Amino acid sequence: MQTVNHDGSMKLKLFLAWGFVGIPLLWGVLQTLSNAMKLFQ
Amino acid sequence: MATIEEAGRITGGATGFLDRERTIAKPGFSRWLVPPAALCVHLCIGQAYALSVFNLPMTKLIGITQSAPDDWKLTELGWIFSIAMVFLGCSAAVFGRWVEEGGPRKAMFTAALCWAGGFFLSAIGVYTHTLWLIYIGYGVLGGCGLGIGYISPVSTLIKWFPDRPGMATGMAIMGFGGGAFIASPLSVWLLGKFTTATHIGVMETFIVLGCVYFCFMLVGSIIVRVPPPGWAPQGYVAPKAASKLITRNDVYVYDALKTPQFWLIWWVLCLNVTAGIGVLGQASAMSQEMFPGHITPVAAAGFVGLMSLFNMGGRFAWASTSDYIGRRNTYFVFMVLGFALYCTVPYAGSTGSVALFVLCFLVIISMYGGAFATVPAYLRDMFGTRYVGAIHGMLLTAWSAAGIFGPVLVNYIRQYQIEHGVPKAEAYNATMYIMAGLLVIGFMCNFMIKAVHARFHMKDDEAERAAVNVGAVGKPAGA
Repeated sequence: MQTVNHDGSMKLKLFLAWGFVGIPLLWGVLQTLSNAMKLFQ
Repeated sequence: MATIEEAGRITGGATGFLDRERTIAKPGFSRWLVPPAALCVHLCIGQAYALSVFNLPMTKLIGITQSAPDDWKLTELGWIFSIAMVFLGCSAAVFGRWVEEGGPRKAMFTAALCWAGGFFLSAIGVYTHTLWLIYIGYGVLGGCGLGIGYISPVSTLIKWFPDRPGMATGMAIMGFGGGAFIASPLSVWLLGKFTTATHIGVMETFIVLGCVYFCFMLVGSIIVRVPPPGWAPQGYVAPKAASKLITRNDVYVYDALKTPQFWLIWWVLCLNVTAGIGVLGQASAMSQEMFPGHITPVAAAGFVGLMSLFNMGGRFAWASTSDYIGRRNTYFVFMVLGFALYCTVPYAGSTGSVALFVLCFLVIISMYGGAFATVPAYLRDMFGTRYVGAIHGMLLTAWSAAGIFGPVLVNYIRQYQIEHGVPKAEAYNATMYIMAGLLVIGFMCNFMIKAVHARFHMKDDEAERAAVNVGAVGKPAGA
């Protein structure tokens, strides 16, 4: 009833999928964070 | 339970690419691919929170440098967001069962069509300067994309993560909060690229956004998978007996509406969101009016940005916490802590403590996001996993209602106070105490939530018949 161990291609898919959503999200968060810093200036 | 290898062999048959059967995971599939699939959708539809970026440019489409008499007014443009929110709730409620039964790929693809189609129709509306086309495009069509897209990955994630349902749905719903972070700077950049001395580039920006969002959501619909029947994560052992507030049975979607639990959770969510949404929309003005001279417009914009970050982070943090302390206890924390913080805000204003004011609202807004992200897992605990997506869709009408109550409460009470001679710096005090009062009612509703009565549980034969009729896979959780 368990998931099999992930091979190399699955690891690559995971890396690509998380990068696909993570990079834009990180970019947006950094943009917002730089704006938010104005509160402390 | 079957292994994933055995389950992989079950798949087959002549089915369409979008059908649920074609999304059953094959051997070797990692469940950690499902959260990015969900994020592909939620990061796109989260753009709705950044729609205000277009407000000012759309009031100058004819006049270019300043509004011409025939240009649209801000009040007219405000309806676009309101219509979209109403259709979010309505479509989630109406299409929830279809989403659940048709499978996540079909639902995500439909959401992509609606969402991108809404942008394209709105682009035509901008080109022809026809406002009702934008109401229909972004408001109605896009709103349906919002509703279908919002609920589509929820039940899939819950089925893949029976050991951490709060964390899983928290990740997806965090994406909805984070979507505006991407959309806002991206839209500003695109507007800058397409705007010339004689033209405002709203139409081109809408077209580009529609294309980008369609591709992004399409990727999500391609990589999403549902677990094979009987699948369970490695090392996970389902509890032998149901705990007091976590059922092992399923409740049919329309039977859930007959339970007091559904309506109690509806009010818990509605009251919590009403309290949060009212201050979220007015945070900038409120901070400047409560601390004149201390918080400048630039600092207030930073405060709003910081609140957005806590809104997003709270979705993941609180939903994940609920896996450990329980869903009902998490909402108790929202209500009790929220009550204390709302009561503290007037004190922070009277003592001029900006730091205390900011701290209060950051925690409040994290709990606002947390309430959204925790509720799917709460529903799963109460009604089982089979129809949780559809039930969640119906519950989102609480969001639509809160979207009306919250801003109305804040704006009208503030106005009433000012008209009766209360200084602007103190005009929000009464509102804060009313919000705290709403959370007391929410606390009582949450307190009354008990396990769903066994008469509402689906019988085994009912569940099997439903599965055959709708092409759903797997046995009911309690079978």
